Amino acid sequence: MLEINDLHAGIGDREILKGISLNVKAGEIHAVMGPNGSGKSTLAQVLAGNPSYEVTRGTVSYNGQNLLEMAPEVRAQNGIFLAFQYPVEIPGVSNAYFLRSAYNEIRKANGQEEVDPLEFLDLVEEKLKLVDMDESMLSRSVNHGFSGGEKKRNEIFQMAVLSPRLAILDETDSGLDIDALRIVAEGVNKLRSPDKATIVVTHYQRLLNYIVPDYVHVLANGRIVKSGGKELALQLEEKGYDWLQGAAAGAVA
Amino acid sequence: MKKAGASSVTTRAPGSIEVYRDDFEGQPGGPDWLWALRKQGMARFQALGFPTTKNEDWHFTSVAPIADRAFRLAPLEVRGVKRSDLARFNFGENAWHTLVFVNGAFSEDLSSAAVLGKGVRVSSLARAIKSGTAGIERHLGKIATFEQHTFTALNTAFINDGAFVELAADAIVEPPIHLVFVSEGEGVSHPRNLIVAGRHSRATVIESYVSLRDSGYFTNAVTEVSLGEGAHLDHYKLQRESESAFHVGTVQIREARDSQLHSFSLAVGGSLARTNIYTSLDGDAATCTLNGLYLTDGTQHIDNQTSIEHIAPNCPSHELYKGVLDGRSHGVFNGKVYVHPEAQKTDGKQSNNNLLLSPSARVDTKPQLEIFADDVKCTHGATVGRLDDLAMFYLNSRGIGPETARMLLTYAFAADVLETIELEVLRKELEKMVLVRFAHDTVA
Repeated sequence: MLEINDLHAGIGDREILKGISLNVKAGEIHAVMGPNGSGKSTLAQVLAGNPSYEVTRGTVSYNGQNLLEMAPEVRAQNGIFLAFQYPVEIPGVSNAYFLRSAYNEIRKANGQEEVDPLEFLDLVEEKLKLVDMDESMLSRSVNHGFSGGEKKRNEIFQMAVLSPRLAILDETDSGLDIDALRIVAEGVNKLRSPDKATIVVTHYQRLLNYIVPDYVHVLANGRIVKSGGKELALQLEEKGYDWLQGAAAGAVA
Repeated sequence: MKKAGASSVTTRAPGSIEVYRDDFEGQPGGPDWLWALRKQGMARFQALGFPTTKNEDWHFTSVAPIADRAFRLAPLEVRGVKRSDLARFNFGENAWHTLVFVNGAFSEDLSSAAVLGKGVRVSSLARAIKSGTAGIERHLGKIATFEQHTFTALNTAFINDGAFVELAADAIVEPPIHLVFVSEGEGVSHPRNLIVAGRHSRATVIESYVSLRDSGYFTNAVTEVSLGEGAHLDHYKLQRESESAFHVGTVQIREARDSQLHSFSLAVGGSLARTNIYTSLDGDAATCTLNGLYLTDGTQHIDNQTSIEHIAPNCPSHELYKGVLDGRSHGVFNGKVYVHPEAQKTDGKQSNNNLLLSPSARVDTKPQLEIFADDVKCTHGATVGRLDDLAMFYLNSRGIGPETARMLLTYAFAADVLETIELEVLRKELEKMVLVRFAHDTVA
């Protein structure tokens, strides 16, 4: 589904990703872990097409297409979804309006008919339950005045409604208490399917108790320094990142 | 010479004041008191002339495009405006009490009455003057001062018709009173409105300035409002003139104790337009809310000036103006708040926020606070910004393309000031208008 090859990217003159290669197949869950500043979030943002980042080298192929040539909205219309680490507040636009616009834009791009507000309401009701959110949040402005936990749940709610083929969760667990974490994780697990894939970017192993990955990759200094199965996450929890960072730091120091 | 109208525009600057003079002399004078007032207006207009940008009140707005043309009085007899043509300006509301004026003159045929209740009088000003209505002489020309205001002086010189709204004490008017000013041709009209609200009365008045087709006319309107003790007025001024038109509109209010003014000013039309909303809090605990939204595009120039005079103590005043500027347009906001020495315990809050959608759009904002009392709470602030890149990316990442995202974010910017509109149908219509206005590239 996703083939990343020698990806280099950064902001301005600062290179943050220094050659990432990663293959994600349908049905798989990949965890990308690493210390602060390792480039985890940059990878997530680059995959979603944030124009603030510049890709300087490498290729990314998504279902056989050149992902890097696709505008962010085209990526979304083709099934890519990024759950933001810091969801953006948009006062003045209701959640319902926002999400229905997104849903319809994606349908339109895929040659499907748009849905009207009532049909949409029917459709989202069960998804709200999935993340334990009240219907009243639909009429609130997008993320405006939401608590940290509500914002993260709203991201998962959007993901549930838009039903992406490749979901990228960028530190969705950070700042969440254990109950919220469980809700978010259950939401993700229920959306698991053989034709979909998920990349979970996280700093902590904790989330992986609830979302069990097939593969774990450790990022340090813009490179993947180690890949393994889910047991790698447990090792990281015990030993921290330092034992792996040493290997990568050598190149920089 | 009088039939002027469409072919009346010349560009000989020095002559334009003489053209006004000429039309002034050709007009019937009216009753003695009015003729005297009109003569004062003409004399003052001639003495002041058109303001230059050296005039502090016109620093960011050159009126040369108005001053350089010799606008003839627009013909008062206009045929061809049909009721159905005006349907699109009535917000889908047929239950409102609507007075229609074409080139400043009342049209009974196009107007429609609602049941207004006891103690309410809404009529053409010309008719009210003709029938010798008491009260007009007492207020007309007394609220909208023209010593320093050239366009008000000019309007005063040409007082003829407009709306007269009179509310007796305790009169509560349920249906909104909609005053629709339609312009046709390329002349000038000087609508003059007078609203006198008695003690504890309450009403909603909407002034709409529109035209059916694009032409380079000039509307120079003045509205005077007297709010009695405890009176409550919701006032909406909707400036939706045609693209090539010129508009100067002044609303001047005096507020007695405990009265409440809610003013909302929308400015979207005209090539050069200026709106002045001036209120004076004369009595204890009078309140005012002055809100506004201006949307500019192309080469439009839209200027908003507000003035709040805190004369009496214990008065709160709130002001929020927002502007969205696109193309090579130019917006101006100048909000003055004067707190006089006796106006202790004044609570004044003023803000002006602007969103620039294009690199060539420009805005000049000048909040002005002058305080001569020592026990007051006043804040003011102005911002000028562009669309937030991160919010843009957030919407894009959800499949929403740049044009729709831009429309949504622009709408979101204007949303809070639109939310202050209490009249629901109006709020919804204006929300729609804002969405559509910034959807030009998305409506495929």
